[in-house]
Amino acid sequence: MSQARLMQGNEACAEGAMAAGVNFFGGYPITPSTEIAEIMAKELPALGGTFIQMEDEIAGIAVVLGAALAGRKALTATSGPGFSLKQELIGYGCIAEIPLVIANVQRMGPSTGQPTSPAQGDVMQARWGTHGDHPMIALSPWTVRESFDVAVMAVSYAERFRTPVIILLDEVVGHMREKVVLPKAEDIEIYPRRKPTCTKEEGYKPYTPMADLVPNPADFGTGHRIHVTGLVHDETGFPTGSAKVTEDTIKRLHEKIARVQDEITHYDEFFMEDAEYAVLAYGGTARTAYAAVEAARKQGIKVGMARLMTIWPFADKVVKELAQKVKKILVPEMNYGQLVLEVERAAAGQAMVISLPKYNTEIFTPGEICTAIEELAAEVAK
Amino acid sequence: MRNYEKYFRMNRLPHIWCPGCGNGIVMKSIAKAVEQLGLDQDNTVIVSGIGCSSRASGYMNFDTLHTAHGRAIPFATGIKLANPKLKVIVITGDGDCTAIGGNHFIHGARRNIDLTVVLFNNNIYGMTGGQASPLTPTGKKATTAPLGSVDNNFDPCELAKAAGASYIARGTAFHAKPLVDLIAQGISNDGFSLVEAITQCPISYGRRNKMGDASEMLKWVSENAVPQGAFEKLSDEQKGEKFPIGVLYQKEAPEYSAEYAKVIKLAQEGK
Repeated sequence: MSQARLMQGNEACAEGAMAAGVNFFGGYPITPSTEIAEIMAKELPALGGTFIQMEDEIAGIAVVLGAALAGRKALTATSGPGFSLKQELIGYGCIAEIPLVIANVQRMGPSTGQPTSPAQGDVMQARWGTHGDHPMIALSPWTVRESFDVAVMAVSYAERFRTPVIILLDEVVGHMREKVVLPKAEDIEIYPRRKPTCTKEEGYKPYTPMADLVPNPADFGTGHRIHVTGLVHDETGFPTGSAKVTEDTIKRLHEKIARVQDEITHYDEFFMEDAEYAVLAYGGTARTAYAAVEAARKQGIKVGMARLMTIWPFADKVVKELAQKVKKILVPEMNYGQLVLEVERAAAGQAMVISLPKYNTEIFTPGEICTAIEELAAEVAK
Repeated sequence: MRNYEKYFRMNRLPHIWCPGCGNGIVMKSIAKAVEQLGLDQDNTVIVSGIGCSSRASGYMNFDTLHTAHGRAIPFATGIKLANPKLKVIVITGDGDCTAIGGNHFIHGARRNIDLTVVLFNNNIYGMTGGQASPLTPTGKKATTAPLGSVDNNFDPCELAKAAGASYIARGTAFHAKPLVDLIAQGISNDGFSLVEAITQCPISYGRRNKMGDASEMLKWVSENAVPQGAFEKLSDEQKGEKFPIGVLYQKEAPEYSAEYAKVIKLAQEGK
């Protein structure tokens, strides 16, 4: 496993998930994510795992939720149209606190859109796509190797926090091939399934939050006879109409993620030491942005870069500090301007935030982003 | 304490169903079928969708899962494949199973995966107050069909048969004892089993269609439900509103989780 290999982002994502212990995949074919399903169909049986192609996207997430409840580490993969269809059950996973990883290889929408051109148009859907209030963890890799790491991390977070985690790939990273050296199996940290810490006689209730605010509902078939529902429920797992329990539950779901926000915020900064401007980017666009920042530096422009791997929860602190350091933040995205709204909010007027959207099926060229950097530097000089 | 009471979470009762509802009879029949078969209570899982009947999962003393509307069968599929030693029983209603969950229903049958689907058919959406379902007979009234439904209704048993289910039966809340046996046979069948249980909804269906109270609705069922063998001998004219009950169809067919176990074996041997 430690040898150098030429592989695709989707392939690295599938391998990362398996390395983290995923032994169940359910899904429905959709470009540009299909390779993940195909790899799972081929590899899982030999590992004693299970692959099933379901009749539709909704069944694709339902089957993995069921498998997760019966003790498996489970993954589904999709793209924009399928991601839209899966939203109701993503919410089910949030409230019933079921560990689950959804890989969404973004393509251009809305609807069938421009199949299957690259886009980063599902950033807000990843956060707000399902109804009601809930936190969300979404991670977006920018290299093939990082697609592997993000998959490992997503599986661990899903298990640790008992919540759905979204791998927000884009078509660029998903289909790109790079030379990668994967970590050795023994170097991969696997988060095991949480188990009840006491018996029914000792007062076990499946939804009692532990110190980390995460409960330990028992896997089906382990003798605990628990009840799981998408209705608001109390610690016993049974539905309740109580206003207080409802309020406490929604609050706890948010707090179990908010309290670890710093720990799960992953990002890189480049050329920031003396930067007066910054480019903030993620996913495939961050690769182009990096090249553009390098080019602008050669021209003597003091520009740095922040690259977010953790998209949700949003890296408020990172952006706040960035905004205190620089005059302007440029946000290139393959969409009409989505994450820039969060950057503006977090920057809170400390720096000017400039959106650089692109939504014409083509990826950014370094020249386009470099020109935008030159323009914002020139305006200040005036 | 009656023998089957251990299969209920007595502290969750009484149930939420309306006076005269037949769901309790069907739920009790499931518990009695489990008792009859002596299933391991810790290795039996009840999965339900959304609707009146789907609330039954919360009352039953097993690992139980109350899923989203229409999705009980794919959730149950995941449970069965993740741990094939589990016996998985699906509780669903006519709207849940044949409208929003219709695609999952036919594909579960197509796979012939070992699930026992008990379809509580009260011919109406009860939880939401009486809208027409795909099993509301043409011409019957509902809040969304105030002058009578113009939609054709499914026969879920024929649908399951065409799709590949290996055990299909129909029982009723009136014929409570035979219903227990039909469910028990369904659970024993190693494959996809459908037991359609006709149950009365006097509040949201019967009342609007002048079918009388619960006892009158049950009387209608007793007069119109005909054992399969006798039903086949009736002329079309005699059939009228009558419908067959009993085991309607059975076949030997490969079961999905067992077939997938062979895939795993093959893949591991080939390594």
